[in-house]
Amino acid sequence: MTVGILVVSHSAAIADGTVALARQMAADVPMVAAGGTDDGGIGTSFDAITAGIEELGAADAVVVLCDLGSAYLTTDTALDFLDDDARARVHVSQGPLVEGTVAAAVAAQTGGDVAAVLAAAASAATTAPSDVDADPTSGVPTDDPGGPADDVSTGSGDDAVASATVELVNESGLHARPAAEFVKAAAKHEASVRVNGVDAKSLLAIMALALPKGATVTIEATGPDAQGAVDALVDLVRSGFGE
Amino acid sequence: MALDTAWAIEWVRRTAATIDEHRAELVTLDREIGDGDHGENLDRGFRAVLEAVDAGSFDTPGAVLKVVATKLISTVGGAAGPLFGTAYLKAAQAAGDAAELDADALVAVLTAARDGVVSRGKAEVGDKTMVDAWSPAVDAAATAAADGATPEQVLAAAADAAATGAASTEPLVARKGRASYLGERAIGHRDPGAQSSAYVLRAAVEAA
Repeated sequence: MTVGILVVSHSAAIADGTVALARQMAADVPMVAAGGTDDGGIGTSFDAITAGIEELGAADAVVVLCDLGSAYLTTDTALDFLDDDARARVHVSQGPLVEGTVAAAVAAQTGGDVAAVLAAAASAATTAPSDVDADPTSGVPTDDPGGPADDVSTGSGDDAVASATVELVNESGLHARPAAEFVKAAAKHEASVRVNGVDAKSLLAIMALALPKGATVTIEATGPDAQGAVDALVDLVRSGFGE
Repeated sequence: MALDTAWAIEWVRRTAATIDEHRAELVTLDREIGDGDHGENLDRGFRAVLEAVDAGSFDTPGAVLKVVATKLISTVGGAAGPLFGTAYLKAAQAAGDAAELDADALVAVLTAARDGVVSRGKAEVGDKTMVDAWSPAVDAAATAAADGATPEQVLAAAADAAATGAASTEPLVARKGRASYLGERAIGHRDPGAQSSAYVLRAAVEAA
């Protein structure tokens, strides 16, 4: 299933910039910006929104992200003018414009269906500040690049706990595409996984850590096959994400 | 004058004129508690409407109202576009193919317009929005029609109630729209959308 994303903003610069930002991490997702009025002013355009939905016609579904109130009003009005079949494939997210679009785009890039894309956009609003408030020492590079993982503990069963600390060896660190791959890998495991104290399945929380090359990453998992999850993520980090 | 196609076209002309005349006032109201573009947006919208009405030919009031709807929706960049546009669209649907509107048909048209605004904006009476003008206008129109008033009298009752309704927004805290970000600082300012709604209905009376 392909999910396209339409970004509706009062400002063309915001809509275009948000698409550019999201495209950095989701190169293959069809995305269209519908920002500003038809004469280049601040406001939302019925015609641009309608054209954007049409431009995303090849996608199986379209998720729309909006900024302020009248962006929703204009979008809803545009949807009223579509026939029922066209209307049914368009879904308006209540997620925040910038963070929601990035999260939605990554979910779509990693093969998420429309429900997963909508959930990703919605979850962007609840990335709690406490999630981002990681151990202040965790991002400091060490002199031991690519060294062995330590602090490994093992367990089994549903309440199993496992953890490992490993160092980022790739150039861009745990950012952008590597972060998306990390989240995708973590999401394959049923276990609850945390990286440096934040939810390893939340792209925005991981990106907010801003971990550069050389930073140490502590991966902790609890629940079914916790060790399997930790091992897979350690392998991924050591592989350098293909960089 | 019967509320026929000629009346609907005259309503459009007088609305465009009154919005143009009050543009600065609407801009000021909106600058106090909003983003300051209401007067400009509505003026631009009704200029486009006027061009379309001048260029076209119409058989029914409903056909005129439909053109107003589509032009406002496609040219007004702010919330007023979809809100007023939906009001006119629902009004056009309620007017149907009738060549002229009697008192009951007029009440149905105004009710559909108000319901369109409510369903689009999800606002209620007391939220400091257009609904505070439209809702009492519809109630007054229904009461007048039930009392046997002429269509012109029904319109006049609606316009008077809309003006009173617009004034009633001044002491309110906004619960919808950009003004809702202001909290209690919105108190003492009239809602620009309620005020423009009152002007639109006043123009309908003057056209009749």
